[in-house]
Amino acid sequence: MIREALYVSAILFSIGVLGVLTRRNALILFMCVELMLNAVNLSFIALARLHGVSGQVFVLFVMTVAAAEAAVGLAIVISVFRHYRTVDLGRIRLLRG
Amino acid sequence: MNGLRAASLDLGTLLLPEIMLSVGAMFVLLYGVFAPEGVVSTRRAHLLAIVVTLATAAAAAMLANQAAPLGAASGPLAWDGFRWASVAVILLGVLGSLVMAMEYNEGAALSAPEPPALVLFSATGMLLLVGSRDLMLIFLGIELMSLAIYVLTGLDRSRAGSAEAALKYFLLGAFSTGFLLYGMALVYGATGTTNLTQMAAVIESRTLGTDPLLVGGLALLFVGFSFKVAAVPFHMWTPDVYEGAPTPYTAFMAAGVKTAAFAAFARLLLDGLGPAYASWHYAAWVLAAVTMVVGNVLALAQQNVKRMLAYSSIAHAGYLLVAITSRSADGVASLVFYSLAYTLATIGSYCVLSIVSGGIEKRTRLTDLAGLARTRPALATAMAVFMLSLLGFPVAGGMGFFAKWYILRAALNSPTPQIKLAVIFVLASVVSAGYYLGVITTMFMKPPADDALPSRGVDARLTGGVVAVAAVLLLFLGVYPSPAVRWARASTMPMSPARAVAAPTPMQALAPVNSQPMLP
Amino acid sequence: MGTFYTVHFWLFSALAIVAALAMVTRRNPVAAALWLVNVMFALAALYVMLGAHFLGAAQVLVYAGAIMVVFVFVVMLLNLGENDVQERRSMGAAAASSLLGGVLAAELLYVIRSQPLNDSVLQPVDNDAMAPMANSLFTENLVAFEVTSVLLLVAVIGAVVLAKRGKVAGEART
Repeated sequence: MIREALYVSAILFSIGVLGVLTRRNALILFMCVELMLNAVNLSFIALARLHGVSGQVFVLFVMTVAAAEAAVGLAIVISVFRHYRTVDLGRIRLLRG
Repeated sequence: MNGLRAASLDLGTLLLPEIMLSVGAMFVLLYGVFAPEGVVSTRRAHLLAIVVTLATAAAAAMLANQAAPLGAASGPLAWDGFRWASVAVILLGVLGSLVMAMEYNEGAALSAPEPPALVLFSATGMLLLVGSRDLMLIFLGIELMSLAIYVLTGLDRSRAGSAEAALKYFLLGAFSTGFLLYGMALVYGATGTTNLTQMAAVIESRTLGTDPLLVGGLALLFVGFSFKVAAVPFHMWTPDVYEGAPTPYTAFMAAGVKTAAFAAFARLLLDGLGPAYASWHYAAWVLAAVTMVVGNVLALAQQNVKRMLAYSSIAHAGYLLVAITSRSADGVASLVFYSLAYTLATIGSYCVLSIVSGGIEKRTRLTDLAGLARTRPALATAMAVFMLSLLGFPVAGGMGFFAKWYILRAALNSPTPQIKLAVIFVLASVVSAGYYLGVITTMFMKPPADDALPSRGVDARLTGGVVAVAAVLLLFLGVYPSPAVRWARASTMPMSPARAVAAPTPMQALAPVNSQPMLP
Repeated sequence: MGTFYTVHFWLFSALAIVAALAMVTRRNPVAAALWLVNVMFALAALYVMLGAHFLGAAQVLVYAGAIMVVFVFVVMLLNLGENDVQERRSMGAAAASSLLGGVLAAELLYVIRSQPLNDSVLQPVDNDAMAPMANSLFTENLVAFEVTSVLLLVAVIGAVVLAKRGKVAGEART
């Protein structure tokens, strides 16, 4: 089932990337990033069945990082919302890309 | 139980600089709890952070001359010259930005004890990054460094640009973390280990150099790291974030993040994935060439000095990639030497910008520098030195010339000579003269603009001191580079041999492995 | 592996993929968040089926339980509705993005396909879900474990610094 799990992980990761590329809502964009991290976690857990427990330990760290990123990221979203009253990345255009 | 005790015994020594920095940051925070709110406390918090940085630098210097403790040979933390040299360069950048931030933050919306603590935490991540020999630690180091910097970017709550830059940096940073992590997962899947030393051994013994999972992982790692070091197809965030962030933290980002991320990237590619050289060499080559050309060309069109320096920092990522591509001890030494020159010139030029703009972020346009030679000749001269150093001009550019020269030599003398890349390197440097000299002519030839905007009137004497020290160091090491060269050449790291390289072309096989010293 | 296992493996995989697609296409952020919770539950089931019992539980508690609740909380706090964000993108940009995503998926699937993976060399699943992980976490990965504590501290400080409505900031603006 390892190969199949890796397939599922690759598909989920690509869906996440697609979401980041197409969406304009900062919050949904961030959710797509979370989806990417989850997809990677599935890969790590599947590969841990081949290589031993260190893959699982890596997943634990990814979860911690995701929690920390969520805290900081949502605080940043709130501080942007205070200035612009929107989370629409298309309408936040002070800086040139 | 034995393993646990043995591990904890060594960690005190192995991690001493990181422990000092993070505990110091906690003390800065604690000071903030008990001190009254205000300008004086902010200044003291910054001073405390500066003392912590100096103490850490002293400890690192002491450790660098010690023999490696037990378990450092193949454990998750390296103990080699490359680590200590990178630590020194990073702490230099931290010091410069802390001094700049101390005066910049006074009376601004940033007046609080948290910013210096966050700088120290971020520096902890950078130090971990340059010392780690394990994918897990590299990942956590990058995250620790980045999380603190996202916050520092968005620190100025009074400016929309600051918050927006933070959002942009955060979203793209998290996105790139996904790629980095997936790359790590695939590399782990191919080799079965996260430790770089074991990884190299596995790749070599099982000739995994062209294993599809490993190559796929490499490609994703390249995407992730390219975001972090701002290499070209993934550089879009850089100008906006550099422009939006408060100037001291832009300097911190430009100097520290680049040095730390490049050190980790070099260690990953040259040590852990060294035996798979044939699989990543071409990607690194193309990335270096495109980054040098595009970075320099886009910099030509910039009217804002902060944005121009952002594009210039993209171009410098390309130069540093050349050093990695040459994959030799000389390449590593030139990487360290270049990082030092780049850090000094970058910190210096952002300090000048901070002084000239008087803490008002809108006044960082090129026209704001007009006539600086008449109003503040010393400052203009120092800025000229930094620009010429970034350009790599002989004598007047000080150390910058030798930095570029050594990378060039390393590229030409590498086991697989990079002649085309060296040509692109030189041409890109010539293009960069367009904007670096543009700054100098603006300062020295143009009349000063009518000063309509009032300065915030901050005291910038210490920032001026940083400018002077950086300029003098650059010039001194330009005239007398041997101490820095000796220091850079001592910064070696273990590099895995590349027996997995397919069949060498006749030219590669004939090329002599050049081992002559770097000093001319 | 028995049929029961296989059926459930594909069931949860399909659930994860469908829910992920639904999440990416929702306009309402609350709906997207709930679909993402769905993905996470399906993944938790897959983790357990792959022998990572503890991580399956942690996935439900940390991701679905804590992180997603924070997301929904922020959506509610900002009072975002369906029409606050205009997903106006040109057809060309959408097509290019889809192409990029498709190429990435194809490449990843190809990489995995061409990898010789042998199910017979699987590590045995330890019935004691915690001991091997704890062993690894507190010996060889102790440094990384300690770093996460600093990381979480930075996250707390960072969130407070950014989100607090400082009176210092108010003074400086005037």
